[in-house]
Amino acid sequence: MSAESVLSLEGVTKVYGEEPPVPALRGVSFSVEAGELVGIVGPSGSGKTTLLHIMGTLERPSEGVVLINGTDAALLDDRKLSYLRAREIGFVFQQFFLAEHATVRENVADGLLYAGVDAELRYQRADEALARVGLEDRSDFKPTKISGGQRQRVAIARALVGRPAIVLADEPTGNLDSATGASIMGLLKELNADGATIIMITHDSELAGQLPRQIRMLDGRVTSDTGAKPATGSMAGGRDQ
Amino acid sequence: MSGRSHRLGFEDGLRVASVGLRARPLRAGLSALGIAIGTAAIVAVLGLSSSSQAGLLAEIDRLGTNLLTVEAGKSLTGEDANLPVDAPARISHISQVEQLAYTGQVKDEDVYRSPLIPVENTGGLQVRATSLNLPAVLNTGIARGTWLNTATATVPVTMLGSTAARQLGIDRVFPHERVWLGNQWFNVVGVLDSSPLAPDVDNSALVGFPAARRYLGYTSVVGSRVEMGPPNSIYARAAQGHEAEVQAVLAKTANPESPSQVNVSQPSDVLTARAAAAGAFDSLFLGLGVVALIVGAVGVANIMIISVLERRSEIGLRRALGATETQIRSQFLAESVLLALIGGAVGVFSGVMATAVYASAKGWMVVIPAEAWTGGIASALLIGALAGLLPAMKASRMPPTAALRTA
Repeated sequence: MSAESVLSLEGVTKVYGEEPPVPALRGVSFSVEAGELVGIVGPSGSGKTTLLHIMGTLERPSEGVVLINGTDAALLDDRKLSYLRAREIGFVFQQFFLAEHATVRENVADGLLYAGVDAELRYQRADEALARVGLEDRSDFKPTKISGGQRQRVAIARALVGRPAIVLADEPTGNLDSATGASIMGLLKELNADGATIIMITHDSELAGQLPRQIRMLDGRVTSDTGAKPATGSMAGGRDQ
Repeated sequence: MSGRSHRLGFEDGLRVASVGLRARPLRAGLSALGIAIGTAAIVAVLGLSSSSQAGLLAEIDRLGTNLLTVEAGKSLTGEDANLPVDAPARISHISQVEQLAYTGQVKDEDVYRSPLIPVENTGGLQVRATSLNLPAVLNTGIARGTWLNTATATVPVTMLGSTAARQLGIDRVFPHERVWLGNQWFNVVGVLDSSPLAPDVDNSALVGFPAARRYLGYTSVVGSRVEMGPPNSIYARAAQGHEAEVQAVLAKTANPESPSQVNVSQPSDVLTARAAAAGAFDSLFLGLGVVALIVGAVGVANIMIISVLERRSEIGLRRALGATETQIRSQFLAESVLLALIGGAVGVFSGVMATAVYASAKGWMVVIPAEAWTGGIASALLIGALAGLLPAMKASRMPPTAALRTA
């Protein structure tokens, strides 16, 4: 585990319930360097969604250590942990989770709502993020008026708008047809090439095969890790400020 | 980076709190309606009672509180007493009496629309002889026609009080309008406005003292001389601030021989008491308003609980975007307060409008007591906070992962 890791897990265990205890994760350890694009692959029930929630600090591990940018998440209270999420972690969900009554631009700007950023700067960043995902001409549309692929692009723009240390994507192509899914994958690779650190969860081995690093999971354990490789065209510490 | 979460600014807070209202305006409107009805009822009840009181007080103010009435009482043997004929002259010598008018009831005569009306159908109307300055002293306006003058006071003409005119079916004065009074026709020259300080005048057909003497035989005997009939109501305007002094000496001045046969009163007292009664609000309607408010509060709480369950994924997303438990709790609490406040504001507005419409129809000044609208808004605020407390706690305690798994 190196000090420069943006994310590092050590012996992370998660047990649900008490009678009988159901282990979802059994001693998971790995670390992710800045600028990596990592796929976490496994069949359903392998614990990958639990792992995503723990990496995203939405859930605390039963045992083990989670370090985000060198900070031990276990030492933070709700407020500090929430602020950490607001600044350092971006989420992309399979179901997009966009607010239907708000415009695309407002949805993206809300990615910074809880990060203590002025409204003016939020909207400026939202415009930049929308340009990055190729949706600058849809900024005043409501999410109901755009396609599924465009919605996922909006959700990705929302995750990126705060320039987080890590983007966690949970089956980002799961609700999309294969052509649209491929274009989303292309976008994620592009964003990674621009320096974003992305960890993507998928049950699709083929999709994961396109990624430079794959961590395979089964029954709450890491079965294989192709290991950190320098991402294509990445500069060290790829976070742009 | 301070390492701790920032509070949302007012604008962002308001935007977040109104998400539910903007997403489902009909539902929000209906649940705010209960609060609106309750608040409107309370504001209208308080506003109407205050306005009607203000209306009466304004009327009293216009009429003046310095009018004192001297009336003939009963003799020791229980018969109707008369005031001495020279009582008005004596009272006018009291230095603090500024103006004075008097009437004398012609007890044996009645007034009818025509001679065909059966004599017992008097309609409770009286015939009164009057001094010529009566409207000025009572502050009573002339509704129709012209008031009596020194010439018409000597001929068979009459001025009708407002109630008398209505009972006789006379609502305007034609040149040859007449009524059957004392077995002959009297021409009607005019109709008075109502005169709250002297209700007897409203019920009367008024004629001049000389006409009463000549045509109705209203006389009194002083020594050996036959004079005009005696007054039995004297209306005296005292100098402002001296009403009590004047009131103290009126009975003795009017009838020095038997002051106990004289009743002295200040008619504005009665009106003031009536105004106080009008100002006491209708507690039944106030109670109904409170019940509507409580029902409205339950409605808001119900909607907020449903809303929290429906919006689990929004809660999860907000937590993922970095919202703290406190921020989620504040969001739902603020939404509930906002919902109740909108209801309260609409209710206050409707209550004020209802009061304004009713009061202006009655010709009252529109008075909304400050407690009515501040109380309405404050109770809406309180209700919103109470109704939103439980749902907000539920929302903030919801684990973000559970909130994200649904949907």
